[in-house]
Amino acid sequence: MLIHKKSDIIPSEITSKEVFDNRRHFIQQAGFGMLASSAAILSPALQAATLNSGTTEGAGRLIGRANTPPPLTLRSHQKITGYTKSTYGVGEKLTPYADVTTYNNYYEFGTDKAEPAIQSKLFKPSPWSVAVEGEVKKNKTISIDEIFKLAPLEERIYRMRCVEGWSMVIPWIGFPLAQLIKWAEPNSNARYVEFISKADPQEMPGTNIPILDWPYNEGLRMDEAMNPLTIMAVGLYGEQLPNQNGAPMRLVVPWKYGFKGAKAIVKIRFTDKMPTTSWMKAGPNEYGFYANVNPQVEHPRWTQSSEKRIGAGLFAGRIKTQMFNGYTEQVGQIYAGMDLRKNF
Amino acid sequence: MLRSLSATPNKAQISRIKGLVFALCLVPLARLIWLGFHDDLSANPVEFIERSTGFWALFILLVTLALTPIKLISGRVWQIQLRRMLGLFMFFYACLHIITYVWLDFAFNWLDITKDITKHPRILVGFAAFMLAVPLAATSTNAMVRRLRNNWKKLHQLVYLIAILAVIHFWWLVKKDIREPLLYAVILIALLGIRVYYKTALADKSKSIPRD
Repeated sequence: MLIHKKSDIIPSEITSKEVFDNRRHFIQQAGFGMLASSAAILSPALQAATLNSGTTEGAGRLIGRANTPPPLTLRSHQKITGYTKSTYGVGEKLTPYADVTTYNNYYEFGTDKAEPAIQSKLFKPSPWSVAVEGEVKKNKTISIDEIFKLAPLEERIYRMRCVEGWSMVIPWIGFPLAQLIKWAEPNSNARYVEFISKADPQEMPGTNIPILDWPYNEGLRMDEAMNPLTIMAVGLYGEQLPNQNGAPMRLVVPWKYGFKGAKAIVKIRFTDKMPTTSWMKAGPNEYGFYANVNPQVEHPRWTQSSEKRIGAGLFAGRIKTQMFNGYTEQVGQIYAGMDLRKNF
Repeated sequence: MLRSLSATPNKAQISRIKGLVFALCLVPLARLIWLGFHDDLSANPVEFIERSTGFWALFILLVTLALTPIKLISGRVWQIQLRRMLGLFMFFYACLHIITYVWLDFAFNWLDITKDITKHPRILVGFAAFMLAVPLAATSTNAMVRRLRNNWKKLHQLVYLIAILAVIHFWWLVKKDIREPLLYAVILIALLGIRVYYKTALADKSKSIPRD
C-alpha cells in the first residue's frame, strides 16, 4: 500500500498543516498586498514555506494527510421551497450571486472580504437554536427548524448599504422580525432588543483574534425592530443562507448600514436600556447605535454621500446615497424630532 | 549564486540586475491586467485595483528605503544603483493608485473628490504623500541632480516623510484589524532607526577620536 511505502520526503520538507491550509490564502492575498505576500518576500524562510506548500501538495496526499480541503458543497445551495415573492425592490437590478457570496464583512471568519466564503466552510449552521431572554414573560429557546415554520417566508429585494461606501441589491428570504418578537413575548419593560451572534473559536477562526469584542452584538429600538421592513433572513437567491452570509439566521435592516445586520444569531435579549454594540465599543466616534444610512452625516473615513454599487462594473462610477437608503417613506416617521447628526 | 551576490557585480551584471528588477516591478501591473481580462478582480474591482496599486507603491517604497540600511550594515554599495528605478516605480504605482481613485472610483467628480480629500484625514495624508512625491520624480534625472547639487539631497529627504504618511494612510484605512499596517510601520521604523543609529554612532565615534 502506498501508505506504508517509505516516504522519500524528509519530515522537515513537509509543509506544516497551517501553511498547507493557508496556501490558497497566500495566493489570494498576494495581490491585495496583504501581510502574507509582503512577509513572504521580505523573509526568505516564509518564502520557502510558500513555495513548499506548492511542491509538496501531491506528496501530502500520497501519505494520506488528513488536511485535504473539505468538500466544497458541504451545505450550500439548499433550495427553500414555499416562499412568496413580495413587491419590495421589484425592478431593482440584483447584485450577482457570486458577488453577494464572496464579498462579505464577517470578521468571525476573517477581516478580508474574500475570507468568509473560504473560512466558513466548516461552520455548522444546523442543528441550531436561538435563546430568548431578558425582559420577556419567560426565557425560551427555539430551533432553526421551528423558526422556518414560525411565519410565512417571503422574498424581499432590499438594497444594502455598507458603511464603507459600497452597496448591493439582495433578494433575501425571510420573515418580519415582528413575528419572532410576537412569539418571544417581551414584557412592557422591553424598549430595546439585542442580537448576539455565535462566536465559536473552533468554527469561526476570526474570533481567536480580539479585533472586536466577541461575541458580535447588535441592537434595535423596539419600534425599529417592529417595523415591517425589518426582517430575519434565512435565505437569499432562493436558497438557505450561505454560511458566509450569516447562516442560519441573520438580521436585515435595510435603512441602516450593513453592520447592523447581526449574523448567525444565537441569542435575542430584550432590555430596557440601549445595548452597547460591538462596533460602538470598537469606535464610539465612528459607529453609533442608530447607524441609519444618511448621506448628510459624514463618517471620518468613508464618503457617505455616494456609494459604489457592487457588480456595476469597473467604469460605473458611484451613485448618490439616499436618505435612509431610500426607505424614508417606510421609516422616516420613526425618527421624527430626533437629531440624526447626534444620534448617528 | 551566493558568492556572486556577495561580490560586487560588474557593470554588465548591474545592467542585468536592473533589467530583472525592472521586469519584476512590472509583474503587479501585468497581474492586474491579466485578472482584469479574466474578470477576476473580486466583487469590487475598483477597490481591488486601489488596494493592489497602493500596496505595491508602499512595498516598493520600503524596498527603496532598505537600500541604504543594507549599505550601512554590510558595507555593500552596488544596490544603491537600483534606487532611482525603484523610486520611480514607487511613483508609477502611486500614479496608478491615484488614477484609479480619480477615474474608476470617483469618475472625475471633482466636487466629491475635493470633499473626500478635505473631510477624511486618511485621504488627505495619502494625497499629501503623493503630492510630495511629484517633485522627487520630477527631479530624478541626472541633469536635475547636477543642477540642484546639495539641495537635491535635501529635497529627496522628503521620501522619509512620504513613507510615514503612506503608512498612516494605510493604517487609517483599516477598520479594526491593524496587523498589516502595523507590520509596515515596524519595518519603516526599523529602516529609519538603522539610519539614525548609524548617524549618531558615527557622530559619537568622530567625537571620541582625539584630535591630533
